[in-house]
Amino acid sequence: MREQKMLKKYVKKAMGCAVVVPLVIGTASAADLKIGLLVTVSGSAAANGEQARDGFLLGVEKLGGKLGGVDTEIVIVDDEGKPDLAASKATELVTTGKVDIVVGPIFSSVFTAIAKPVTDAGAFIISPNAGPSIFAGKDCNPNIFVASYQNDQPHEVLGAYAQKLGYKRVFVLTANYQAGKDAIAGFKHSFRGDVLGEIYVPLGQLDFASELAQIALEQPDAVYTFMPGGMGVNLVKQFAQAGLSSIPFLSAFTVDEGTLPAQQDAALGMKVGTTWAPNFDLPASKEFVAAFEKKYNYIPATYAMQGYDVASIIDAAVRQAGGDVSDRDKLRAAIESAKFDSLRGNFRFGKNHYPIQDFYLAEAVKRADGKYQTSIVEKIFSEYEDNYASKCVMKK
Amino acid sequence: MFFELFMIQIMNGVQFGILLFLVAAGLTLVFGIMDFINIAHGVLYMLGGYLIAVLSAATGSFVIGLLGATAITFVAGFVLEQLLFRRLYDRSHLDQVMATFGLVLVVTELIKMIWGTSPLSVAPPEMLAGSFPLIGALKYPTYRLAIIIAGLVVGLILYLVIARTRAGMRLRAGATDREMIDALGVNINQLFSVVFALGAMLAGFAGAMVAPVLSVDLGMGESVLILAFVVIVIGGIGSIRGAFAAAIMVGVVDTLGRTFGPLLLRMVFEPTIAGQIGRMIAPMLIYIFMAAILVVRPAGLFGRKFA
Repeated sequence: MREQKMLKKYVKKAMGCAVVVPLVIGTASAADLKIGLLVTVSGSAAANGEQARDGFLLGVEKLGGKLGGVDTEIVIVDDEGKPDLAASKATELVTTGKVDIVVGPIFSSVFTAIAKPVTDAGAFIISPNAGPSIFAGKDCNPNIFVASYQNDQPHEVLGAYAQKLGYKRVFVLTANYQAGKDAIAGFKHSFRGDVLGEIYVPLGQLDFASELAQIALEQPDAVYTFMPGGMGVNLVKQFAQAGLSSIPFLSAFTVDEGTLPAQQDAALGMKVGTTWAPNFDLPASKEFVAAFEKKYNYIPATYAMQGYDVASIIDAAVRQAGGDVSDRDKLRAAIESAKFDSLRGNFRFGKNHYPIQDFYLAEAVKRADGKYQTSIVEKIFSEYEDNYASKCVMKK
Repeated sequence: MFFELFMIQIMNGVQFGILLFLVAAGLTLVFGIMDFINIAHGVLYMLGGYLIAVLSAATGSFVIGLLGATAITFVAGFVLEQLLFRRLYDRSHLDQVMATFGLVLVVTELIKMIWGTSPLSVAPPEMLAGSFPLIGALKYPTYRLAIIIAGLVVGLILYLVIARTRAGMRLRAGATDREMIDALGVNINQLFSVVFALGAMLAGFAGAMVAPVLSVDLGMGESVLILAFVVIVIGGIGSIRGAFAAAIMVGVVDTLGRTFGPLLLRMVFEPTIAGQIGRMIAPMLIYIFMAAILVVRPAGLFGRKFA
């Protein structure tokens, strides 16, 4: 299967990025369960999608390729991070592809685009990463599940941490798009001190010299940021080069296993808000990390863990539904109450189909083998529900 | 404090400008002398970054990585010119854009297949890794100063070559009247090959120099290419002097605008509103600046009047 996958991967790459050839893994037509894996695996933000995809496929592989004990077919499509493209791909998946469950997406902007076509067709979405506020509150949807977190929550972790340490002045900068604004809102939700700067940098900005000079002059108690992908790599490196390392650096989705190989020593000791880290103290999690590193030769981040958990959720739900996915109400009830061993321990779906789980503060460390990863420091929230759940009245 | 911030932002602006100059120099030569639009110029910048990452990791030496990346991008530029670009000189600008954009896609996918999608990093040389006190409590990263110095040295060499050597004279003549120097017996094809390889090398050098500051990733070429086009339009197409002046201006305007725009707005508006307006206006500043320059000098700062 590995060879088949690799071959198809190269076929897809040879076709160029404008043409997306769906990869089909598993038995061809007579499958009892069809899953569409819709992730972003091209463009500069491809690393997170690759993590989620690899984590999900590892989960499927561990279950012998049969989720819930039934023949499972998985179709992988790349949405390229483009909402319009994702909407047409998702429509294709649920109409001609007849998938029962769409696993995806990575980006919240894509989520809003695919929600209607998928749920209108009666299929389910289980998100391995994106958790926008829109589907957590009054627009919660019976066919939408989020297996990661509500987007605000990791930022709330750091706000609470900054508050707990008694920081008075925190300099805040984020990327200038919806998720960046949400990040600041999330941070402010639990932080009561002064927010300095509140700088929004254009998406894709790579040089932070001007922002770092302002930080140097303000000398804040801490810096809080949300700077995904390559932006985060650069900010962290330049932060260290500018001699600012004595200022605590708090972030979410800025320092993770995807960016640490490039940030290296510059990121050591930086604090992040998360639900999990590769050293999470749970036998199943340790087993997962070892298997993942062996198979893919890189360290899994939360995206991979979430992908793996989604495979476990589907497996448990299909089993609980007696292997029959055609009865959607039965399957929905089974997902809502899925009994599975989450790699992050404490996990259940709330009434808005977003997780109720624990949140942790983690920090970047160097392992004995010279590689870098995040490491759990302390638990910040226990069985934490998002702030929108109370507005959700789930239709039956 | 305002003064300190101003000074350090000027330094940052100059450093950013120097970088833009290195990329724009090659672009303006190719565009100005050969009338050839090369969208793939950013790819060579990216290639320089990837090469130094790989070479310095393999040899453990930043200097070997830098020299290697510079040399290989020179060769890459030469080979690309021989194999592909040469066939496009007589075609329309649209064909050139299509072909070179195609090259961007191909090279980006190749790099992705070889090195993956995660950003790579390059450590600066040990002696340049830290920062030094600039004014008061403010520190400035030593490596950024090294970029400024390296850029100035390259700019000086380029100036001397163009102003003082026979090859430079032909180059200037080529920029002024291509047919005429062809008629006078100068081997124009050879000249083009060399100019192209030189431009590629400068972009590769810029990509390699910037690697320790910025991460090396798949999008790095695109981000700098657009600004490089802005620079050559402001400076006057084909003018190295213009590219230098315009690059420094764009670097300084962009950096100062990003910092002081929101700060000034904050004196008038609420912080959140100032932030909102500031973040909308700051990215537009250099384009407003470009428009203002073009109103006064339609051919750019050092452009030929009839252009």
